[in-house]
Amino acid sequence: MRTRAVRMLRTVRWYLRELTGEAQYERYCARHRELHPHLPAPTRREFDEQQARQREGQPMSRCC
Amino acid sequence: MPTSAPPVSDGKAPGTSRMSPKSVAIWSAVALVGAIAWAVLALSRGEEISAVWLVVAALGSYAIAYRFYSRFIARRVLEVDDTRATPAERLEDGVDFHPTDKRVLFGHHFAAIAGAGPLVGPVLAAQMGYLPGTIWIIAGVIFAGAVQDMIVLFLSMRRDGKSLGQMARDEIGRVGGAAALLGVFAIMIILLAVLAMVVVNALAESAWGTFSVTMTIPIALFMGFYLRYLRPGQVVETSLIGVALLLLAIVGGGWVQDSSLAEHFIWSPETLVFCLIGYGFVASVLPVWLLLAPRDYLSTFMKVGTIALMAVGVLVAAPNLKAESVTDFASNGEGPVFSGSLFPFLFITIACGALSGFHALVSSGTTPKLIRKESQVRLIGYGSMLTESFVAVMALIAACVLEPGLFYAMNAPAALLGPTVDTAAEAVKNIGFTITPDQLTAAAKAVEEETLVGRSGGAPTLAVGMSEIFSGVFGGAGMKAFWYHFAIMFEALFILTTVDAGTRVGRFMLQDMLGNVWKPIGRVTWKPGIWITSALVVGAWGYFLYAGVTDPLGGIKQLFPLFGIANQLLAAVALAITTTILVKHGKLRWAWVTGIPLAWDVAVTFTAGWQKIFSDDPKIGFFALRDKYSQAIDEGELLPGAANMDDMHTIVLNNTVDGVLMAIFLLLVLIVLVNCAVVCVRAVRTPEPLPTSEVPYVESRLDAPETSDEALVGTRS
Repeated sequence: MRTRAVRMLRTVRWYLRELTGEAQYERYCARHRELHPHLPAPTRREFDEQQARQREGQPMSRCC
Repeated sequence: MPTSAPPVSDGKAPGTSRMSPKSVAIWSAVALVGAIAWAVLALSRGEEISAVWLVVAALGSYAIAYRFYSRFIARRVLEVDDTRATPAERLEDGVDFHPTDKRVLFGHHFAAIAGAGPLVGPVLAAQMGYLPGTIWIIAGVIFAGAVQDMIVLFLSMRRDGKSLGQMARDEIGRVGGAAALLGVFAIMIILLAVLAMVVVNALAESAWGTFSVTMTIPIALFMGFYLRYLRPGQVVETSLIGVALLLLAIVGGGWVQDSSLAEHFIWSPETLVFCLIGYGFVASVLPVWLLLAPRDYLSTFMKVGTIALMAVGVLVAAPNLKAESVTDFASNGEGPVFSGSLFPFLFITIACGALSGFHALVSSGTTPKLIRKESQVRLIGYGSMLTESFVAVMALIAACVLEPGLFYAMNAPAALLGPTVDTAAEAVKNIGFTITPDQLTAAAKAVEEETLVGRSGGAPTLAVGMSEIFSGVFGGAGMKAFWYHFAIMFEALFILTTVDAGTRVGRFMLQDMLGNVWKPIGRVTWKPGIWITSALVVGAWGYFLYAGVTDPLGGIKQLFPLFGIANQLLAAVALAITTTILVKHGKLRWAWVTGIPLAWDVAVTFTAGWQKIFSDDPKIGFFALRDKYSQAIDEGELLPGAANMDDMHTIVLNNTVDGVLMAIFLLLVLIVLVNCAVVCVRAVRTPEPLPTSEVPYVESRLDAPETSDEALVGTRS
């Protein structure tokens, strides 16, 4: 019963983190380590700033 | 640790292509239940029926369409191939291109396509009764809307996520491509103006609503700072804080309304127009992280939460539908909310939720770059649109649980209703329904608004309907005012998100177009260029917003048809492009899949557009109305709706502009259609297939092909 509740909460958390893009940084770092093992990965803040700069240049459409 | 896989496995068994006896039995049962619900809807005359029948009919139809029709399209028409690498796999960069879990991408895509549109159209269309609207929402989505979304998504995916405009240029030609681009831009301007007008009508003269919606701006700014400086990357945490603050802002609105601060938040429609215009400009030039991104998180959370709440509310409260199944306005075309008869005007009033051309822009952008396996276009394209359609059905239910008298007192144009509850009650009586002035006062008091008379635009009606349904489930009559303002808030939130994102998209388009003429303005980093183009975009929709809000005859009544036609014309463009690409791929025998919805959509939009331009009836034709009023000006007399000569001139000007715009829309779309037809004929005649921009086959290395999409059908809402 309890484990099921915990598992469900974990799924919800996983889903929300994926949906909002929060998990993107970890994925990026994992990929970075694989491709450039000797370069330090960007910090969370650097990554977010870089992301924000990129979003600046490509608008996301939202529908009615 | 990167967690790109869900923590629990969903234990799917590999599917088989033959149906097992068990699934035959299940699907027969689904079909039977759906058919019974449709029969109840069709056969009940004169008695009230429960809204649950609408829900069951919708869900049954969706399930069958998803299981059978979308599968047929995926397998036979599109020939999806899970051994083929998607752009997300081939071009993976961890940012733009990334194979995403299909459930996550479903949520993403749904949040991008669903907004205020499916909540507004069905409410207005309730004037023709619940039956025509329901049939169109459900049949429209199954055979047109979801098909368009899924096929555009698929074609864009096969082209590395190219936009609709680029596909038009590559596959059809320069002329068609340019016309499509220009059409999209013009249509977007009208869309933004009409949506902004819905907000203005919902907030005007309401201290509670204005306060709560205004508060969303500081909340979003706070979230932006929090996310950037205090807790970088904690998006979920920030969003939850934001949602809590938002709920507080709704409750706080009630306190403000009862306090001496109230007068500072009672704004006239004109003031609100200028606030919105200013907001749109600022939002478009501010950095994304500060306002746009946090607002988007907020709106996504609210969207998912409220829609779930609405489904629970409708199912638990199971309200009865008070509206007639088909009203006289369906045939005589004299409805007070929008004029014109069922064909074609019902089909343009309900655009989003049945068939929305705007989705083609969303489906050909971010989403195709994130698809993991080709077969998933079914869930993501077709499934998301079915879900949006379900939202539209719930909005229709919310409008139809209201007493018809109240519905018309809220949605008829102000000129007809007059200034007080007494004149409104009289006006409602004249169009054949009853409501007493006391009932009108009581209804306004229950949701703690000054008045509900003439609160057109759809949002207040939906909010009253939702407060009716919600208060039956959560919190009783005492909570009505809270739920009303909750509904207003979440609609306004969606719309403002659309307004700032749309202004930005419009700015990019304009920069792109003007950049061809004068290079510097096309540079995305040149600040003056950004300001000029932002101001132009905001000025364009701001003009229509202002004209609509001050229109003596009621802006929603005048502009909503234009909006609906524009959106459906965009769908015609998208369907024409997809049909052409299918033909170019040698799939002429399957071209009817998009060809039939295209033919229907062209028939609807061009009939509606034609009537709007050439009809002799001043109630329908823009130019007929214009002539009537300009003749009266010459004779120096005032016609109903106008309080003075200035009003008369405004009416003449607005109708001229609207009529000319309508003609331009039709012309642009006609160019695209002709160009598509030419390309189709050429494709059929040439022995050699015409070149397409489809990216060649690359074998996928990602997990074995999925064959178990069916497993999701039973669990879909």
